[in-house]
Amino acid sequence: MAEYKGVMVFGETVEGKLSPVTAEMLGAGKRLAKDLGQELCAILVGGDVSGFAQEAVALGADKAYVVNDPLLKDYQTDAYVTVMEKVVKEVMPRILLLGQTTIGRDLAPRLAFRLGTAVSMDCIDLAIDPGSKLLLQTRPVYGGNAQAVFTTELYPQMATVRAKAMSAPERDASRQGQIINIEAGLSPSAVRTRIVQKVTEKVEGIKLEEAEVIVAGGRGIGDANGFKQLEEVAKLLHGAVGATRPPCDNKWVPDSWQIGLTGKIVSPNLYIAVALSGASQHMSGCSGAKNIVAINKDPEANIFKEARFGIVGDWKKVLPAFTQKVKELLAA
Amino acid sequence: MNMIVCIKQVPDPEAPPASFKIDPATNKVIPPKGVSPVISPFDENAVEAALKIKDAQGGKITAISLGHNLLRDVVKKPLSMGADELVLLEDEAFAEGDSWTTAYALAMAIKKIGSYDLIFCGRQAADWDSGLVGLGIAEILGLPSVTLARKITPGNGKVTVERVTADGYEVIETPLPAVITVSNELGEPRYPTIKGIMAAKKKEPIAWKPADLGMETAKIGPAGQHAKLMKLFQPVRESKCELIQADTPEESGAKLALRLKEAKIL
Ligand SMILES: Cc1cc2nc3c(=O)[nH]c(=O)nc-3n(C[C@H](O)[C@H](O)[C@H](O)COP(=O)(O)OP(=O)(O)OC[C@H]3O[C@@H](n4cnc5c(N)ncnc54)[C@H](O)[C@@H]3O)c2cc1C
Ligand SMILES: Cc1cc2nc3c(=O)[nH]c(=O)nc-3n(C[C@H](O)[C@H](O)[C@H](O)COP(=O)(O)OP(=O)(O)OC[C@H]3O[C@@H](n4cnc5c(N)ncnc54)[C@H](O)[C@@H]3O)c2cc1C
Repeated sequence: MAEYKGVMVFGETVEGKLSPVTAEMLGAGKRLAKDLGQELCAILVGGDVSGFAQEAVALGADKAYVVNDPLLKDYQTDAYVTVMEKVVKEVMPRILLLGQTTIGRDLAPRLAFRLGTAVSMDCIDLAIDPGSKLLLQTRPVYGGNAQAVFTTELYPQMATVRAKAMSAPERDASRQGQIINIEAGLSPSAVRTRIVQKVTEKVEGIKLEEAEVIVAGGRGIGDANGFKQLEEVAKLLHGAVGATRPPCDNKWVPDSWQIGLTGKIVSPNLYIAVALSGASQHMSGCSGAKNIVAINKDPEANIFKEARFGIVGDWKKVLPAFTQKVKELLAA
Repeated sequence: MNMIVCIKQVPDPEAPPASFKIDPATNKVIPPKGVSPVISPFDENAVEAALKIKDAQGGKITAISLGHNLLRDVVKKPLSMGADELVLLEDEAFAEGDSWTTAYALAMAIKKIGSYDLIFCGRQAADWDSGLVGLGIAEILGLPSVTLARKITPGNGKVTVERVTADGYEVIETPLPAVITVSNELGEPRYPTIKGIMAAKKKEPIAWKPADLGMETAKIGPAGQHAKLMKLFQPVRESKCELIQADTPEESGAKLALRLKEAKIL
């Protein structure tokens, strides 16, 4: 029987580039491949994704497999699961990594069940056990209150990877790698779903995932108007505004502003947390921030356990004075 | 429209983080005293999704829960919200399973129920946060699936689903029967009515054991595990918050700006 070998990273693209989490997985994958003494490869699936193969190589892949098919232009569960099943059976990777993204959350579980293997979702650490050579998969559980280490003896050993949990490698444009095309072999009848429409809400200004400064508001902001004040501070500091879940659920702000376990993962230099309690599910999305500042009227709020600086007080009084002082300091 | 909703009993995920404790020797969570378990919140959204459809076009809703030590007051909540039946897969043998054994048992129960158009799950259970079981059920039963739903409209043998994406949503159409996993963007679940609570009290859940489902023993509990839990631990957080104090909140706000400047963060 052929052997499962090497580390494979499922690549995703955003705005004409390999996505940041793809680069991070190539970084982590390289390390795992080295520990196994095996190769790192990328798999790119889409309508026409050949153009990204060399970029995957520049980021450390020894090989890049490419599957192009008009049926794969947009992500659809049936199409991608079928194609990835074929790819895995042909290439037989020992480890398969996908991003914990809108696609990865949908594709990885179904693919794992199809292949009869296990998958650990939303991993923040991956390592090779020196003895068994199995993949040790560390993932937060209980909303981030705990972490669990899983492993499996089934192949491929699959995991999805949380954004910003691992570091991207240095890009080396001169790296050489093999680029291999695989036929999709997909019949239209295999795809039971149909995409009727795709709606993208345009983000004005700086994206949360890329922002160096984030001003985040919680339930205590009280209404949509309150968030206007947060926007003012964010603008001054060239940052973005984020939120916990309640402001999104209450329609004070768009759903896409949600930060956390089931929202966006951010890692700014400065995270100003205003009138939010610091629930573990929220902190899952921002614990990578270098400096957390908390403004909360409850001295017992969990956010003070996570923050570097804090003020116990009513944000409606604290924030305007803070904003005013920041203006003065910036003008000076 | 015959609908099935999978609901999981979990420790209250909104309990204060400070109350969360695990026993590292047994890899088990020590339930906080005085905090009752709940239905995983996304599963309540899933119940709400089914109720919305029942409101609009009628139908029957069967809730299924697998576990052991299921509290009747907790797992009967879907009934008090308006679901019609409750099936409990409650057995010691199901303990220490994983997402694979859970999906298999639920799929077998769904097969036994027999007639279904829509199967709802939560996007992820609020304890282990995996988001595997719904897609596992779909794969085992060979059904199409749509995840992260925020709006679900069935009609003409099909269902149209709005699926939440990172920066918006997409509208997906799929034939029935189908599995749909529901996200909180669907909207707040309704509160049980007094009438609903009374009706739920009287309703006897249907109890099925592994043998009733014709399950292979190799696929139940620890024997059926695909993933092995090696270790469960609480990450250590260093907490050293520097509190900015002043006579008035306004002064402390201004002082914070100065302190951030001094620390070269601004
Ligand atoms: C499986 C699961 C996934 C989840 N995913 C996410 C997620 O991705 N992101 C997320 O954010 N949440 C998520 N949640 C919800 C999460 O558990 C919390 O319910 C939520 O983060 C609480 O938001 P909050 O801190 O704004 O509200 P609360 O916890 O209600 O806190 C409000 C805070 O505001 C303070 N306050 C009120 N008024 C003022 C004032 N005038 N001045 C100063 N302070 C004031 C209060 O003291 C309080 O601390 C998830 C939950 C589950 C179960
Ligand atoms: C002591 C202990 C040991 C464990 N050991 C392992 C282990 O070795 N390996 C491992 O992988 N996991 C282990 N687990 C984790 C756990 O058993 C499974 O991961 C879990 O039961 C499956 O649910 P999930 O959280 O993955 O569900 P998800 O996949 O996140 O659930 C998605 C949805 O599926 C439905 N659903 C899930 N579970 C149920 C249910 N029980 N009844 C009805 N509907 C449901 C709900 O609609 C839910 O919203 C252990 C847990 C405990 C308490």
